[in-house]
Amino acid sequence: MDAVTPVVRVEQLTKIYEVGDQRVLALDHIDLTLMPSEFVAVMGPSGSGKSTLMHLVGLLDRPTSGRYFLEGRDVAALSSDDQADVRSRRLGFVFQSYNLLPRTTAVENVELPMIYAGVPESERRKRALEALAAVNLSHVVDHLPNQLSGGQQQRVAIARALVNDPSMILADEPTGALDTKASQDVMELFKELNERRGITIFLVTHEPDVAKNAKRIVTFRDGHIISDVAAADAVLS
Amino acid sequence: MNLLQSLQVAGRSLLRNRTRSLLTMLGIIIGVAAVIVTISIGAGARVSVQQQINGLGSNLLIIVPGSVTSGGARSGLGGASTLTPADGLALAALPHVAAVSPMVTAREQVIANGSNWQTTISGVSPSYTFIRSWPLASGTLFSDTDVAASAKVAVLGQTVLSNLFPNGGSPIGSTILIKNVPFTVTGVLTAKGQSSSGQDQDDTVLVPFTAAMQRLTGQTTVAELMVSADTSDDIALVQTEVTTLLEQRHRVVAGQPDDFNVRNLQDIANAASATATVMEYLLAGVAGVSLLVGGIGIMNIMLVSVTERTREIGLRIAVGARSMTILVQFLIEALLLSAAGGLIGIAFGAGASLVVAKVSQWPLQIPPSAMVIAFGVAAVTGVFFGYYPARKAAAMNPIEALRFE
Repeated sequence: MDAVTPVVRVEQLTKIYEVGDQRVLALDHIDLTLMPSEFVAVMGPSGSGKSTLMHLVGLLDRPTSGRYFLEGRDVAALSSDDQADVRSRRLGFVFQSYNLLPRTTAVENVELPMIYAGVPESERRKRALEALAAVNLSHVVDHLPNQLSGGQQQRVAIARALVNDPSMILADEPTGALDTKASQDVMELFKELNERRGITIFLVTHEPDVAKNAKRIVTFRDGHIISDVAAADAVLS
Repeated sequence: MNLLQSLQVAGRSLLRNRTRSLLTMLGIIIGVAAVIVTISIGAGARVSVQQQINGLGSNLLIIVPGSVTSGGARSGLGGASTLTPADGLALAALPHVAAVSPMVTAREQVIANGSNWQTTISGVSPSYTFIRSWPLASGTLFSDTDVAASAKVAVLGQTVLSNLFPNGGSPIGSTILIKNVPFTVTGVLTAKGQSSSGQDQDDTVLVPFTAAMQRLTGQTTVAELMVSADTSDDIALVQTEVTTLLEQRHRVVAGQPDDFNVRNLQDIANAASATATVMEYLLAGVAGVSLLVGGIGIMNIMLVSVTERTREIGLRIAVGARSMTILVQFLIEALLLSAAGGLIGIAFGAGASLVVAKVSQWPLQIPPSAMVIAFGVAAVTGVFFGYYPARKAAAMNPIEALRFE
């Protein structure tokens, strides 16, 4: 009875920030499991803990207490270098502000994670072009970020997240800086990657219109999960 | 991520910001160029001084008569008439003495071929051309037999030749009149050029010193004795021997001043060389300070660059760069900047040295060690001053870095 290994399993995950004398409880003993090929939108107002969870799941920050298994592996206690290797090989990131390197062509931006993952140079260009083709940007591979529209830049960022063939993409407000049309394109792309490639999508947003593209919606408030439902059943305000 | 890839990443990042990279390098370029130019000027001056001193003669000691006091007035060096050709012969017998030549000078009108010219007549022995390292261009020098016979033979300097025989043609065998005494020309000296004091050394006629004393000066003493030691190591020894021997011969009472003065050209050379060394240290110090300033410039720009690229660094960490990789990347950027600056500086420095050498007519001297040291110091400066900004970049928190506006 080989049960499928969850992509993410966190147990009693807690994060406390200490700001001066104050202790801020950002995440309060959270339990959450994401299975392969899930598309989950994490919602909630600012300060609810959704971004903190993304940082912990993305290994950009360490929990105060609790356990975190990524694809069955206990990663919370890994060294910084080992966590960097896990980020490089198993995770992809998409940010609200794209974070493309300026004065660097689209294809070179997409190659960046492969440099740190140790992919040989000969293979990097090929895979970067494939990733750009997957986000329908084959016609602008040699463009610089400032020659691309916001939607195009975010698709380059998605190609960059995709290129090391991660098990999960973490997207932090990926449509926050985009107009409606570009937002829809980006969300369609995430759905396609999720459905066709089976990549788990961990989407942080506060926009209900964006969240409804997911299959599952988890809502946070004050460091707690207050609802965790299938998207179809969600009552979106 | 190996070193080669770090190098590529760093190089690309520098090329993306060409203007900034160039401005950062400027400090190092100027510093290294300054080091190269100063060392090259110092070395060129040293060689030039050495050449001038060698031009005076090899391993040379010059003995001049001392001062004479007459009625309370002291004549100054050379005023006394105490040195004789016999002193010269005695000195030639000393060990480690390679050659001795007396020197008698007179300024006389010379007539030949319908032209006339006033010049310095130097009465010397045949070893003079060896002592002065001054070979003949044509003809032959007079011999010791000619000296013994006070033969009226002469060897012309190039300036005298061109003034007395302006139409070319060999003067050898022709007769010139010196103070109306006929001398037969037997040879012509090669061109020697200006002395270190700017005198035209070719404006001279060499004759046997015996002939000069009898026919021209009418004196029994000589103006100076030139002594050549067999090696430069023996110059000091020969100087002591010469002093002792002359004191005996001139019966100088112990405790009394000598009636002659021995000048050692090596001392002058050493003093000049020591001056050049002090100048070199001084200039190298100034150049070193400018390298330091260049290094601080690199640190400054790298710090600005790290701040400016906070988001880039955050992103690199997020997509899997280890902190050591970030550190190495920024260190390599600093190293590349300073190394490229060093190379450009060496090129500029060499060019400037070439110009200085041309203008000053010194031999061009750029010691390879100077280039290696200047480049090395520049590279070390880059790494040293690049380390702090690099460590700052490597220690960044990716979450804060990605939020940085």
